[in-house]
Amino acid sequence: MNIDGLVDAENGVISRKLFVDRDLFEQEFEQIFARAWLLVGHEGLVPKPDDFFVSRMGDDSVILTRSRQGEIMVFLNSCPHRGMRVCRYDQGNAPVFTCPYHGWSFSTNRERVETPGAIVGLPRSEDGYSGRLDRERWGLVRCPNVVNYKGSIWASWDDDAPPFEAYLGGMRRYLDTALDHRDGSPGGSELLGGVQKWRIRCNWKTVAENFAGDLYHEVSHQSANLAEIGLAKGKGRRDALPLRYAIGFDGLGHGGLGFPPALEDPPASVLDYGDAEVNDYFAEVAARRAENLKGQERVNIVVGTVFPNMSFHANQPRSLALAHPIAPDEVEMWRMYLVDADAPAKVKDMLRRYYLRYSGPGGMTEADDMENWTSVTLASKGAIARRQPFNYQLGLGKETPIPGLEGGSHSGNYSEGNARIYYRRWAEFMRGAAWADMAPNGVGHGD
Amino acid sequence: MATEADREALLARLLLKADVEDFFAHEAELLDARRFEDWLELMAPDVKVWMPIARNVADADLERELTAEGVDANWLDEGLDTLRQRVKQLATGVHWAEQPPSRTTHMTANIRILETTAGPDGDVAEIRTRCNFMLYRNRLEDEQDFFIGKRVDVLRRTEDGWRLARREIYLDQNVMLAKNLSVFF
Repeated sequence: MNIDGLVDAENGVISRKLFVDRDLFEQEFEQIFARAWLLVGHEGLVPKPDDFFVSRMGDDSVILTRSRQGEIMVFLNSCPHRGMRVCRYDQGNAPVFTCPYHGWSFSTNRERVETPGAIVGLPRSEDGYSGRLDRERWGLVRCPNVVNYKGSIWASWDDDAPPFEAYLGGMRRYLDTALDHRDGSPGGSELLGGVQKWRIRCNWKTVAENFAGDLYHEVSHQSANLAEIGLAKGKGRRDALPLRYAIGFDGLGHGGLGFPPALEDPPASVLDYGDAEVNDYFAEVAARRAENLKGQERVNIVVGTVFPNMSFHANQPRSLALAHPIAPDEVEMWRMYLVDADAPAKVKDMLRRYYLRYSGPGGMTEADDMENWTSVTLASKGAIARRQPFNYQLGLGKETPIPGLEGGSHSGNYSEGNARIYYRRWAEFMRGAAWADMAPNGVGHGD
Repeated sequence: MATEADREALLARLLLKADVEDFFAHEAELLDARRFEDWLELMAPDVKVWMPIARNVADADLERELTAEGVDANWLDEGLDTLRQRVKQLATGVHWAEQPPSRTTHMTANIRILETTAGPDGDVAEIRTRCNFMLYRNRLEDEQDFFIGKRVDVLRRTEDGWRLARREIYLDQNVMLAKNLSVFF
């Protein structure tokens, strides 16, 4: 399908076909998911040699695994022989992957194979294949680009893709806030066990867009605020914050709701979490943060999206999410939750319980989001409805570059600027533009 | 031949089981009638509700099938404070996931008493039971969810009747096929 005329980001007018059309949906796998950097998991899912976790990249099943030598790798979860899923479990530990269909087996152990993923077990190797089957050529298909970024694992199938950090651009600093320790030291977060996976009857982009920075939909969370599910006593759904800005990275497609780089954190009041040990811990972390980041610029963000389908909450709650496309009107959401690795057990538990009542299918905030998304999709399917474009004009023309933030701009507090940035990037990918032609002003590509 | 004592023991057991069945039926009626505040009254102050996530794991790995209570990210892992927040949210009238409200039917079957704990007076103070459950939800025009699985519950005797002290919910799903858990189990 020709995508001309579907995305008019300059005027904030975007066709509903993006959210309901099956042809566009099929094209997205080739044009976007086969090229972009995608989150596939977290190192906490594969802590030991031979651990594996089955993940997804677009409509492909992939295996995230740690080799005997400790190297993190990603393979297509489909037997190169005849296509069977070689790994049928969500998670586990396996020295070899053996296909149940014809018994081919594959290893990532460099003591056994030169090329990780090569065949180590081949029934009828001699009498059937005359000992001539090329065990590397017909090994598991390995994803060529895999990066461990502060524990989060990202992969891209495209050899021409820019390096991961260039792909992130200035958004990297905001993603750091989810992955770093609350005290400002790099890394230091750990994954809670258990990945929530659930289905929603909506288009995957509706989810990504929601987390890219839409303070305007605050009204739909009124019930969670009234229920006072926040961490501190007597608060709404999270500790109070000044109004966030829609901060976006035009040309990269990423965006979130946060604050421009500053020498101070946004003002926060001292809050009562209902427990002296927890109060002390948060006070201590805040003091360490002030010390660690003294005289340095730091950023703060509540929520953000890395194009195309990864979103994160950075603090309250704190999680990594994926919106996996299943059908034009169906998405499989994944959520993984993070805490500071060295936090006392009591603090971790309190945060964990808060995350579960905020996010995921049991989350009192997310439940109302999902109602919006499914309704948007359902009411956009009609022949007449799909002719009516969506309006993304909030904050149009307010884009203001943020000094010192590479490629970053904000468009005020209540703005759909980040959605405009997101869909402009979507259109570039869908047109099949070369990487060099897509990136803005030389940012985001190069060696 | 059964002795008088055997018959009394059997009768006591059946009466206890009838209590459990009545309790579950009462809960179902309250929830299905959306009398959530009344349902909360049936909770013990220290009630725990836990619904683990079931992973697809190898046979040899089955001890890792379920996410751990109190440690991992589960579907649900909460106490009375959160249950109260959920009821409060439902009462706001702007909790869109349940506005308009779902139609639900809660059912329990295969109820069995696993063990009983005696109180200081020698009477049964707590009952640990297991059952199979089905929760059907129908929403808006054509949304429907079937939540089917097993439950292990602990009921505690109080002056006002039985109270729920613990509920383990083992849902027979890996990927949650419902978009949310805005109904009570």
